[in-house]
Amino acid sequence: MESNLSTRDKTWLGISAIPIMLYSIVPILWMLSLSLKPSSDLSDGNFVPSHISWTNYSLILTGGAKDLFLPALANSIVVCLSATVISVVLATFAAYAIARLDFPGKKLILTTALAVSIFPVISLVTPIYNLWRAIGLFDTQIGLIIPYLSLTLPISIWTLSAFFKQIPWEMEQAAQVDGATNWQAFHKVIVPLAAPGVFTTAIISFFIAWNDFVFAISLTSEKARTVPAALAFFTGASQFEQPTGAICAAAVIVTIPVVILVLFFQRRIVAGLTSGAVKG
Amino acid sequence: MTTLADDTGRDTAPPHQRASKARLSDRARAERSLGWKLAGPAFIIMLAVTAYPIINALWLSLYNYRLTDPSARSFVFLRNYVVILTDSLWWAAVGITVIITLVTVVVEFVLGMALAMVMNKIVIPRRSLRTIILIPYAIITVVSAFSWKYAFAVDSGYANHWLHTVTFGAFPLTYDWFGGTWSSLAIICLSEIWKTTPFMSLLLLAGLAQVDSALDEAAKVDGATFWQRLYKVTLPNMKAAIMVALLFRTLDAFRIFDNVFIMTGGSQNTSTVSLVAYNQTISRAEIGMGSAVSVLLFLIVVGICVVFVKAFKVDLAQVKGD
Repeated sequence: MESNLSTRDKTWLGISAIPIMLYSIVPILWMLSLSLKPSSDLSDGNFVPSHISWTNYSLILTGGAKDLFLPALANSIVVCLSATVISVVLATFAAYAIARLDFPGKKLILTTALAVSIFPVISLVTPIYNLWRAIGLFDTQIGLIIPYLSLTLPISIWTLSAFFKQIPWEMEQAAQVDGATNWQAFHKVIVPLAAPGVFTTAIISFFIAWNDFVFAISLTSEKARTVPAALAFFTGASQFEQPTGAICAAAVIVTIPVVILVLFFQRRIVAGLTSGAVKG
Repeated sequence: MTTLADDTGRDTAPPHQRASKARLSDRARAERSLGWKLAGPAFIIMLAVTAYPIINALWLSLYNYRLTDPSARSFVFLRNYVVILTDSLWWAAVGITVIITLVTVVVEFVLGMALAMVMNKIVIPRRSLRTIILIPYAIITVVSAFSWKYAFAVDSGYANHWLHTVTFGAFPLTYDWFGGTWSSLAIICLSEIWKTTPFMSLLLLAGLAQVDSALDEAAKVDGATFWQRLYKVTLPNMKAAIMVALLFRTLDAFRIFDNVFIMTGGSQNTSTVSLVAYNQTISRAEIGMGSAVSVLLFLIVVGICVVFVKAFKVDLAQVKGD
């Protein structure tokens, strides 16, 4: 298809990529720029800071705001990784069954996953808030991990089912016929085939959990607060002169891991996002 | 060796199929039971974290129940619903949510389609374009909200300076975007659109890639213009992908919360339905009222789904899985 394009068309398409790229990164650069400005320069309106200052970063990492930011970062990492691991493990079993076994209820499971994923999150907040208050899970990491499963589990089941359907499972039998033991066949043939799908699903799950704000502000008060919720309350806490710079610095820090994942695993993430959504 | 393995694999298949009926049903039964053993835990947890809370909310919504005063809890049947549905604040929030949903979904679709078409054809920065476009998708919504908020704020912003320069000084440097309903909504929508268009464009790109390019070529040879080919060839052939993308984004947009909470907190009459639910439950500890709002929001989402499936004939069976 590409070969049909004239050089002129190719050039125009190449040029059109520039505004698209700017579109994608300019809001991040806004934040980066604000995070590097000393508080005296915050309102100068310069896109490129005239002085680079690291005070915002030192404030949230070692200074007065570190008790607000670092525990939140730890909470985010623990809660999101736990929710991701639990849902990917459960979804791997479920997707394996859906892709390989014949049993009634397959469709029911996939439909339920679809229904759960379009559920309005805020509708879950009131009853869960009430229940957590009663049984003492309010403001705990477990109290966040459990509702996060409603975000990560459905997408994991979908994505993994789509991936697993594409795996040539006959290879396992073929390996056994060639003299491999069950374990060898699984370990040397199936795991390498399934691993990319599982890994991709884990990344997408993690993004979704990492992004959550509704559960995080509703079900925590301070101990289990994650980064997005902590950012929202940086302003109110007013423990430092300029919350703007500190918020931007914290925002840049939590954006770095996400950008790294995107840069390294771009193709897999795109495949994972679209594989389940459109039959292909 | 692979060929050999394949052949032997095929040779061993028939004996299984020839097995007696009784053994086959045993095997089938074992497979069923294994299927549910593997998929059951995930299924039960999905139900436990969603179906249980919403049924619980349905129950709680029939009570007048404040968390701060549990002893005064009393059964009021549908009164909470009557109170909400006769309150102009609720309908204002519904209106704002509908406006945000319509504006963002339409803009995202047009922009997403344009992006998908560029990504589909582009040759030179193909990989890097697809990488960089994923960044807004992967960013935390709250971070995006802060970024757009600060960019348009009077004190820390860039937008007013840039607009001032572009309009040769006609645009006032001190314009307060968050001082009015419509200008606040505009920034809320911008942040929402920025963050979710890439996802939309990837879904559309997947649909676009399935359209046979020979059709497009044939129409081109027959002298069809770009717009004719887009409307008569490309779009009809990717209708399924479009509808799925629109349904997902509509549902997602309707529950908008993060951007509004960060940018205005619902001030300047920008409160959305999700924000109303949050304020009832968390800020005012009105569990009964908050539950009723949750149930109403849930019903609206179900309604949107039904409309899409019935009116637009979205084949959800085609969505995810099979």
